[in-house]
Amino acid sequence: MQKFTVLDGLVVPLDRANVDTDAIIPKQFLKSIKRSGFGPNAFDEWRYLDHGEPGMDNAKRPLNPDFVLNQPRYQGAQVLLARENFGCGSSREHAPWALEDFGFRAIIAPSFADIFFNNCFKNGLLPIRLDAAVVDALFNAEAKAAGLRLKIDLEQQAITTPDGTVYRFEVEAFRKHCLLNGLDDIGLTMQHGDEVKAFEAKHRAAQPWLFN
Amino acid sequence: MNPQTLYDKLWNSHVVRTEADGTALLYIDRHLVHEVTSPQAFEGLRLAGRKPWRIASMLAVADHNVPTSGRAQGIADPIARLQVETLDENCAALGINEFKMSDLRQGIVHVIGPEQGATLPGMTVVCGDSHTSTHGAFAALAFGIGTSEVEHVMATQCLLMKKTKSMQVLVEGNLGRGVTAKDLVLAVIGKIGTAGGTGYSLEFAGSAVRGLSMEGRMTVCNMAIEAGARAGMIAADDTTIAYFKGRPFAPQGELWDKAVAYWRTLHSDAGAQFDKVVQLDAAGIRPQVTWGTSPEMVVAVDGRVPDPARESDPVKRSGIEHSLKYMGLTPNTAMTDIKIDKVFIGSCTNSRIEDLRAAADVARGKKIAPNVKLALVVPGSGLVKQQAEREGLDQVFIAAGFEWREPGCSMCLAMNDDKLEPGERCASTSNRNFEGRQGQGSRTHLVSPAMAAAAAIAGHFVDVSK
Repeated sequence: MQKFTVLDGLVVPLDRANVDTDAIIPKQFLKSIKRSGFGPNAFDEWRYLDHGEPGMDNAKRPLNPDFVLNQPRYQGAQVLLARENFGCGSSREHAPWALEDFGFRAIIAPSFADIFFNNCFKNGLLPIRLDAAVVDALFNAEAKAAGLRLKIDLEQQAITTPDGTVYRFEVEAFRKHCLLNGLDDIGLTMQHGDEVKAFEAKHRAAQPWLFN
Repeated sequence: MNPQTLYDKLWNSHVVRTEADGTALLYIDRHLVHEVTSPQAFEGLRLAGRKPWRIASMLAVADHNVPTSGRAQGIADPIARLQVETLDENCAALGINEFKMSDLRQGIVHVIGPEQGATLPGMTVVCGDSHTSTHGAFAALAFGIGTSEVEHVMATQCLLMKKTKSMQVLVEGNLGRGVTAKDLVLAVIGKIGTAGGTGYSLEFAGSAVRGLSMEGRMTVCNMAIEAGARAGMIAADDTTIAYFKGRPFAPQGELWDKAVAYWRTLHSDAGAQFDKVVQLDAAGIRPQVTWGTSPEMVVAVDGRVPDPARESDPVKRSGIEHSLKYMGLTPNTAMTDIKIDKVFIGSCTNSRIEDLRAAADVARGKKIAPNVKLALVVPGSGLVKQQAEREGLDQVFIAAGFEWREPGCSMCLAMNDDKLEPGERCASTSNRNFEGRQGQGSRTHLVSPAMAAAAAIAGHFVDVSK
């Protein structure tokens, strides 16, 4: 997994609440058996004017000029700013795969859906919860100054704006450790294999019908 | 010992170890697998040279991509076919129990798990699908996981997670005539919102919940995720225990008695503390219909499309405006004046025998309205389909003009050929009314099976409680 330490990235504002994973990556792209290549189809139905299907040459498709990600000033954005309940709906990890493949490294919103939030951390993508008022302030700052960049420091759990304002954010210690170091958590769990075996033996003795 | 919630009991009985920050390693009893979210996990396992920890804990089925007609010809779409074949190959290579497309037991993963007794009370159940919350109806701790977590569970039989907060959703009283489990859970979502359960596990309780059949309880827990909660659950009682008697994967003989004794402890203790309690009066719940593009955008069928001008919160107001534009609806329209183009009866929310009976009762002896271009009935599993046919329900639907299909997820997420055309409006018994969910430009209204059947007959929404 890609490490996340410090990011100095351009912000793109997606001013909507309840952005669901069907919107982030529509179902027709879930037929792929790979975990890469979803970036060109991130937000497919909002981003293009035609109907997208797997295997199309996306470079030749008509873009929706009104969709924020298509506007020239946001090209190369790495920080997605959104409203409440971002990533709700399906558990599809294709959603963070698509966002990461598109080039995002961090998402800032007042709240995230639980499964999506969890999936981000497995893919080097940092979801940051900030108070709705702070998110509002960031939307306003972005609207005033085209090309807003934010410095996001995971170690310090701090976001710094160009005018020097610092916003602190929370992140669970274990997730932070894994993301800072790019650790594969399967490998970490396997170090506790003996404990899992001991638990399993005890569990089997108590509820043998679970092991039929 | 302090009184415990059902969630506490299920959690505590599966913790292998806990990190300093509270992240726990949780043991997983049952791992359900389907074709869409597993190929990358199997590949990851292979690339790392790892083997599944406990193959017997796994049960696999293809459901999202499978066609619901013309099965003998196989899957026409080559990309979908490859995904289903990949599941078949992975299961064959590792010796994982899989119900293939030709198997009578094939069906939607959340229907077949309980139907087989592969889901049992007291279990931890995971699947790479958000509607895994369904299995919580059996006093199990069940939640959806991403593909990285699918791989983690395969490799280690465990998941890394932190305990959530707990919320009790207490629904007391009796549901009125024509008011179902679907209406109950839509009313809950309408009350607490699609993010109301975020960070919580929900326990549904109260006399209205206890009065539901297991099918109804599954419908309720299925949609816990639409309230933002990863897990929803209901205490075990006689209804729960009776459901499992004689199921293929359920214990028998002495083990059955021992299991039942344990299952009877699976309820929140008197005096157990929840982080939050939400109460609803069952008698006040009317048949529900969603009008927007989020399940919380819901009203009673005798209500009207909301007027954004009356919403003071600017983010919410713009959300309502955006949804109404997408849905092609005018503020203040009576819900019963909304005409539909298609009807979908199916999905892991409402495709069980009781759902089909309720829909058939409404459709019996009637014909679908001329403006309804297609009305699909998609049973949740081959066994549900067989049971329905034994009861003659298929003939009721066919005589009324519905199409009777093979089991699968079908038009709930429209990954196969069952989809809406842009702008088409559907009365759907599924769980999500998101933009594009049932096909690009699709307009979904979530309802109960009886409400969907009644809309098919009338051509517009009608109040089945009248």
